[in-house]
Amino acid sequence: MTKIMINPITRLEGHGKIAIFLNEEGEVENAYLQIPELRGFEKFCEGRPAEDMPQIMQRICGVCPEAHHLAATKALDSLFNVEPTSTARKLRELLYSAFFVTDHATHFYILAGPDFIMGPESPPAERNILGVIGKVGLEIGKKVIQTRQQNHWVIQTIGGRGIHPVFGLPGGVSKVLSEENRAKAEEIALQDVEFARFSLKIFDDLVLKNKEYLDMVLSDTYTHRTYYMGLVDENNKVNFYDGKVRVVDPQGKEFTKYSPSEYLDNLSERVEPWTYLKFPYLKKVGWNGFIDGETSGIYRATPLSRLNAADGMATPLAQEEYEKMYAALGGKPVHHTLATHWARLIEMLYAAERMLELCRDPEITGPDIRNIPTEVPSEGVGIVEAPRGTLTHHYITDEKGLIKKCNLIVGTTNNYAAMSLTIKKAAQGLIRKGAEITEGLLNRIELAWRAYDPCMGCATHTLPGELPVEIAVYDADGTLIDTARRS
Amino acid sequence: MAKLKVALYWASSCGGCDIATLAIGEKILDVAAAADIVFWPVAMDFKYKDVEQMEDQSIDACLFNGAIRSTDDEHAAKMLRLKSKIMIAYGSCAYEGCIPGLANLFSMDSVFDRAYKDSPSTVNQDMVLPQAQVMVAEGELELPRLYNSVRALNQVIDVDYYVPGCPPEPKTTWLALEALVSGNLPEKGSIISHSSKALCDECPLPKEGKKVKKFFRAHQIIADPTKCLLDQGLLCYGVATRGGCGAMCPQGGMPCTGCYGPVEGVVDQGLHFLTALGSLIDSTDTDEIARITDEIADPAGTFYRYSLPVSLLRRAKTL
Repeated sequence: MTKIMINPITRLEGHGKIAIFLNEEGEVENAYLQIPELRGFEKFCEGRPAEDMPQIMQRICGVCPEAHHLAATKALDSLFNVEPTSTARKLRELLYSAFFVTDHATHFYILAGPDFIMGPESPPAERNILGVIGKVGLEIGKKVIQTRQQNHWVIQTIGGRGIHPVFGLPGGVSKVLSEENRAKAEEIALQDVEFARFSLKIFDDLVLKNKEYLDMVLSDTYTHRTYYMGLVDENNKVNFYDGKVRVVDPQGKEFTKYSPSEYLDNLSERVEPWTYLKFPYLKKVGWNGFIDGETSGIYRATPLSRLNAADGMATPLAQEEYEKMYAALGGKPVHHTLATHWARLIEMLYAAERMLELCRDPEITGPDIRNIPTEVPSEGVGIVEAPRGTLTHHYITDEKGLIKKCNLIVGTTNNYAAMSLTIKKAAQGLIRKGAEITEGLLNRIELAWRAYDPCMGCATHTLPGELPVEIAVYDADGTLIDTARRS
Repeated sequence: MAKLKVALYWASSCGGCDIATLAIGEKILDVAAAADIVFWPVAMDFKYKDVEQMEDQSIDACLFNGAIRSTDDEHAAKMLRLKSKIMIAYGSCAYEGCIPGLANLFSMDSVFDRAYKDSPSTVNQDMVLPQAQVMVAEGELELPRLYNSVRALNQVIDVDYYVPGCPPEPKTTWLALEALVSGNLPEKGSIISHSSKALCDECPLPKEGKKVKKFFRAHQIIADPTKCLLDQGLLCYGVATRGGCGAMCPQGGMPCTGCYGPVEGVVDQGLHFLTALGSLIDSTDTDEIARITDEIADPAGTFYRYSLPVSLLRRAKTL
């Protein structure tokens, strides 16, 4: 048996690795994505005051602290049995929409976009944001940076702080939004809507009109039939901040729809001895190994999954794009992993439109931002959609509100089993006996995993940027016989 | 002048420090003009073994974020120390252990039990636990070993400078980078921030220095956002926390939680805060004082939220 180690995940040097085993025929026998770290938030939060969870829990991930902050804050609403005021609820969603715009824009332009805009076999030195700027124009590079900065201003203004915000409390938020800042946020939201539309046009021009890319998107190598999960509102439209979790089966039929408090009836997690991260799966289907299809409880929770799990988008421009995508890809659900990039841009447009609606809501600058909890706390669950998957926080406290137990099912973790499937299938489709392992080939394997925007930040962590890969091929005795890597 | 060679590394961290490095905005271009980044696993394609092959002392400065939790973290820290002339503990995890350092209130065994055995969503009848070495059907797989305690960087290697914050604010990051680029470095061991005094000194909320009869938790009252939070009975950590961040949390209506570490000259931030609180209590009656201090729900997690691994306590003894 030959073992190939991929240490992709540079950014994960020491934070993630892939081992691929070849059989005697030189074909891929199996692939393992290992996550080599556990920080133990579920344990060390025991004894801490519940109201500190939004600030403590977000230290799980500095890439998406907003998601953890709000999942925790919603778990506190439920724990203390207190409804946030209408203004507070909207301020939370406004911050969260700005976060989705910046997070999705960053992923598309800096992490994933280079593959499509420059091409998966283009020289690595060009396959990055600078290459994208060279091809699409300097203006767009500036626009990406500007979008990030402006939306971070919104996050800081509403949340109190940029990275690791502080505003979430049970029953509301800690700070009102001034009219002056609201007007500025509205201006930013308007620009975000235009930027999202422009991004979809780039995707249309450069990817959808290019037969080679489209064939790659639609190829079997990058396809899995799985269950799909996403948060939906009362009309079954995609929602990032609130609603019920809906799961559809590989045919696209509703399999389950549950409230946060019912998550334990629907999700289970499996432990494997070769990784510190657990594998969530659908409890009612069960764990049947690393396989896809109806009989496997493996599900996906990604932008594409959310669109598959919902009946549409709640804003008009995003709805148009939603219909366009499904018409182009042959109806729902779409199983092609690489279409996740398209779905992500549609979500970015929705987030921008929602942000604009909220900025124009007369309540958004209201002074009534807190309901003080009056009940004795006991147990609460909070769920939001993190950009990388449905995020569940579950707390149990004593009567003083000190945490007795907590349980988390985190964004990227939802997709851990599916990512493992995707990597194995891409490797099987691409690594052939005797064929040289080229840099382009590595990138084509990596491309499969990049579609998930794997914020190992939540598992461990990851930042947008070049994702270098190193493959070392060992023979059965463990002797290094070949290496291939990015320049 | 030759360009500086700079390395950035993350050990056990959340990624927020790497984002914070980028948050200096366009000033990153000034840095790029003066320094070559020779290693940055998060964003650039230089591998671990490239660094291993470098000459000792060939990196001018290393900004190291994250705490030391695993054998991998420790190995990386020692290797980068060997290769770097200047070692900077960047951010609260590397400086003092930070929030994940609260794991030192427990044993690693109990962390494992919670994650893999007792979690309500986990199905694990065979009580499988992750292993440093494990044989799978196709061969052997390895994982780094996790230590029982979280350690700050200077508990593993010699550190030259510290940049506080969870994460450091952009202006603090810039202060450190400017010092590096200009060569105007402070005395070894310095903590790089715009202030060496307590955060209260720069907080714009007017402080009357009131004594309090009762401490409140953040969710229990709606504080007046134009007045000092500590005066209103909220446990704002500004009195015992180094300034330099701009006091954004109190201005956002929430108490400081202490992420910039102790003020100059203080070893144990928690003890300092405790002492400061003692002088605030509006009573001389021991029973009443006990009743007032009982309102503090989680002393260990509040006073040592960011600094347990480097405090005089370090960790819980048994468990």
